[in-house]
Amino acid sequence: MSNHGTSHFWVQRLTAVALVPLTIWFCFSMASLPQMSHANLSAWMNSPFNATLMILVIGVGLYHGKLGLQVIAEDYIANTSKRVITNGVITMISVLFGVIGIVSVLKLSFGA
Amino acid sequence: MADFKLPANSIVRKGKTFDAPEGASRVRKFEIYRFDSSNEENPSVDTYFVDLDTCGPMILDALIKIKSEIDPTLSFRRSCREGICGSCAMNIDGANTLACTMAIEDVEGDIKIYPLPHQPVVKDLVSDLDNFYKQYEAIEPWMQADKEPAGGRERLQSKEDREKLDGLYECIMCACCSTSCPSYWWNSDKYLGPAALLAAYRWIVDSRDENTEERLKSLDDPFKLYRCHTIMNCATVCPKGLNPAQAIAETKKMLVQSNL
Repeated sequence: MSNHGTSHFWVQRLTAVALVPLTIWFCFSMASLPQMSHANLSAWMNSPFNATLMILVIGVGLYHGKLGLQVIAEDYIANTSKRVITNGVITMISVLFGVIGIVSVLKLSFGA
Repeated sequence: MADFKLPANSIVRKGKTFDAPEGASRVRKFEIYRFDSSNEENPSVDTYFVDLDTCGPMILDALIKIKSEIDPTLSFRRSCREGICGSCAMNIDGANTLACTMAIEDVEGDIKIYPLPHQPVVKDLVSDLDNFYKQYEAIEPWMQADKEPAGGRERLQSKEDREKLDGLYECIMCACCSTSCPSYWWNSDKYLGPAALLAAYRWIVDSRDENTEERLKSLDDPFKLYRCHTIMNCATVCPKGLNPAQAIAETKKMLVQSNL
């Protein structure tokens, strides 16, 4: 993809489609846990399948959210420098939450 | 940031009231936005009571009657009075439409008439559409083909290819769609808006035009095209029953295909 417009549009849709099965899987998995305890979650994340999908939920979800927030900033912030700063902050917060989420999954998965 | 609050000098005040002539039996109340950009006064809403027994059936008939019989200072654009020139586009009963094709009896309650939303007002119902026309010009709405047609004849088009232009060529550039679009309200300096994008798509799908790729490329921009969030106000208000949102979606689809 050469230009920002079309790639942004396409990736936003791709992540939206990916989030449909991921969200359904996540909700069913959480509902099927007998109790929301640290031990239960750690045991559940022990499975590489669960840990991998959990990382995907966090990564794809945050990336989709970042793209959506970016659209809102572009819609409502007319001033270019303010818009660029806002988009930078959105990206940094998304990356921060993403790394925290993924590290947490790995910690739980490896039983730390 | 987008402006969510009106500047103090654009707060709309209550204006004058013009009563119906005595003995009028079928009277409708018209509330019409008044503003004159050549003075410092705030806009106001004047009230006119019009006797429908001596008035034609359309909103434009009532406006012409008001101007010629009640208040000659009222300004509005009109020309063809049959929905083909697009001059009398305005906001009637909360939606953009053409005053000439909107029947008075189709409006319930008091009839509120405002200029097209979120455009600079020159006077009363006359908006400044300079930016709108510049955006139309920007999409280069003419055929671009370098190759000479064979045999020095006209450029031929199959019946199927001609049908692709149906629902696109009928646009009369009245600006009802673009000025009803919230995305256009916030970003009309950068977003081309539904009318210009419908026109752009009309040339993109024209089999005789040879610059399809260049036309698509020029639209591949987060603001020019991708501010469309399929709000669909454009398709709802179009007085010609066209669907600019669909043309925009097709353009996005073509861009994704040509980029993949």
